[in-house]
Amino acid sequence: MSEVDYDCAESTNPVEPFLRSDRMPHIWCPGCGIGTTVNCFTRALIDSKADLDKLVVVSGIGCTGRVAGYLEMDSFHTTHGRAIPFATGLKLANPNLTVVVYAGDGDLSAIGGNHLIHAARRNIDLKVICVNNLIYGMTGGQTAPTTPAESTTSTNPYGTFEPGFNLPHLVDAAGAVYVARWTTFHVRQVARSMQEAFKKKGFSFIEIISPCPTLYQRRNKMGDGLDAMKYYKQASKVRNGAPTGEVGLTKTGEIAVGKFVDRDRPDYRSLMVHQFHESLGDEYVEMGECACS
Amino acid sequence: MKADPAGVLTGVHFLDGDHACCEGALAAGARFAAGYPITPSTEVVERFAARVPKVGGTFIQMEDELASSIAIQGAVWGGAKAFTVTSGPGFSLMMEHIGYAIMTETPCVFVDVQRGGPSTGLPTQPAQSDMMQARWGSHGDYEIIALCPNSPQECFDLAITAFNLSEKYRVPVMFMMDECVGHMTEKVIIPSADDIEVEPRHKTHKAPGTYKPYECNGDGSLVPEMAHAGEGYKFHVTGLTHDERGYPSMTVATQQKLVGRLQDKIRKAADDLVLVEEDSTADADVVVVSYGITSRVAQRGIDAARAKGLKVGKLRLKIVWPFPDQLIKRLAKRAKAFVVPELNLGQISREVERAAAGVKTVCVPHAGGGVHRPEDILKAIQEALR
Repeated sequence: MSEVDYDCAESTNPVEPFLRSDRMPHIWCPGCGIGTTVNCFTRALIDSKADLDKLVVVSGIGCTGRVAGYLEMDSFHTTHGRAIPFATGLKLANPNLTVVVYAGDGDLSAIGGNHLIHAARRNIDLKVICVNNLIYGMTGGQTAPTTPAESTTSTNPYGTFEPGFNLPHLVDAAGAVYVARWTTFHVRQVARSMQEAFKKKGFSFIEIISPCPTLYQRRNKMGDGLDAMKYYKQASKVRNGAPTGEVGLTKTGEIAVGKFVDRDRPDYRSLMVHQFHESLGDEYVEMGECACS
Repeated sequence: MKADPAGVLTGVHFLDGDHACCEGALAAGARFAAGYPITPSTEVVERFAARVPKVGGTFIQMEDELASSIAIQGAVWGGAKAFTVTSGPGFSLMMEHIGYAIMTETPCVFVDVQRGGPSTGLPTQPAQSDMMQARWGSHGDYEIIALCPNSPQECFDLAITAFNLSEKYRVPVMFMMDECVGHMTEKVIIPSADDIEVEPRHKTHKAPGTYKPYECNGDGSLVPEMAHAGEGYKFHVTGLTHDERGYPSMTVATQQKLVGRLQDKIRKAADDLVLVEEDSTADADVVVVSYGITSRVAQRGIDAARAKGLKVGKLRLKIVWPFPDQLIKRLAKRAKAFVVPELNLGQISREVERAAAGVKTVCVPHAGGGVHRPEDILKAIQEALR
């Protein structure tokens, strides 16, 4: 079991046991929402009494990609867009692990978009936390597949005109069993959704709309982190169970939040094990402790 | 340690190189593979997909080669021995993750059954034109290990060597087959598990809290010990330049120390990494240097030249990278010339020329799609002596 003393954690700084304190301060900008999501994540770990020895965080590249490196648990900072396939191999090799993919919108839906839809289709048992700040932050504010139309970015200095991805709709269509969206204003709801995802077997996807004051809001004259919170508070509408085709985002319009999808279907490994038992009978040997360990 | 008998198909078989490679991987302990179909390599994973559920492992067909080449690394950190299999176009897509495996010191094997290129090239016909890509294809400075089998038997034997070296040095090992060797069917003898030496994963015995994932042991080894995810070590792995704790560190000193060690762990083991077949080189006037399928064609040319009374030696490289500089230098003291036939327009011949330092080196190029004619190799030997 984990060495974290949950009772003690309650009486001191509750986040402390989950962070690599020797790596602080972090690199995130003032007003950035990624740290808020990490707070929610640690809250979800506390409330679910997760076994931290068996919990692994896999990140890609970008601002959110740095989350893995700040968490005091087995953590992998992989290549751009490939957190999901790395996590797929990890989970299949050791099904006892709880594997969390913590990544940004550009990482998951642009360079990693193919992996996102295929992991959802296969229903690999991964908990995907997508921090969506609507922009490429680490590289300086370039257009992302999630950037709303009519935004100004460093690569669309005259305004964006591509339609943005509706990520809940995408992963819903591809087969995810759990899909929720919140903003960094909804800290309790985020933590609760994360807890639900921990319990869910299969491909879970939580999108967290998060401010990027430095590179998105400043260029678009949308104020600072506090202004983002005010906007999230005013524009968010809880629409649990909403058809995901109707929850696309615009630059300043309504933000549909809530749990959109919560369904059950067998995950990849369950189907695989079942198939091999059916086809091979006694000849089938489930992948156990690896020969090299 | 000895091989796990579950994966060893002991007996005398009639196998093509692709299937033999799969059996070698299983014998070496590989229990995870991820791949994407591509000619002429697919038979390796087709066989693995059929075999591995019966020996306690998993194959997953991924959505592309990028996914395959990183899924195997996830599996390695989850405790498995793992590999992926591809050919030229897929190998190109895997380059980033060869770099990731180098940087994170993830032991794994990349099988490239080479076909003609560039681009889609000749999907069903042979080449050896990815040899420099195997050496230099990923960005940044690094050393690599690459092996070249020339028969189905060697596809089995050297696949085991490839896995063993990947564990010993914690590097991705390139297993550079070619279409001919992959699709050639011959007798393959698979020994009993007791007769197969398998390099175990070098796991740390330190307690969590005292273990630093990229710290060397202090016994002179430049290869750190591993932990697997889920064992309580709470370690961090990153493709960023990192210190001994595995933490990112963007300093000149950390970069020099890390990249220097990644190079040195191979360079300083160069003597351990010479694997060749050498025949009549001691008094040779000409040494024919070859690897893979070309070595078998070269044999015909060598035999014809010897029949004409020429003193021809043969050097076949089973490990091509790291390149055996010292061996070539030794031969260059006696030989008047080197002849290097290869199914490309001159890749390894340049290495021979560099190491031979002034001794005449004749490349016998071939753009791929077939193999050399033995008479062309004979002609090159004769011309080299003029």
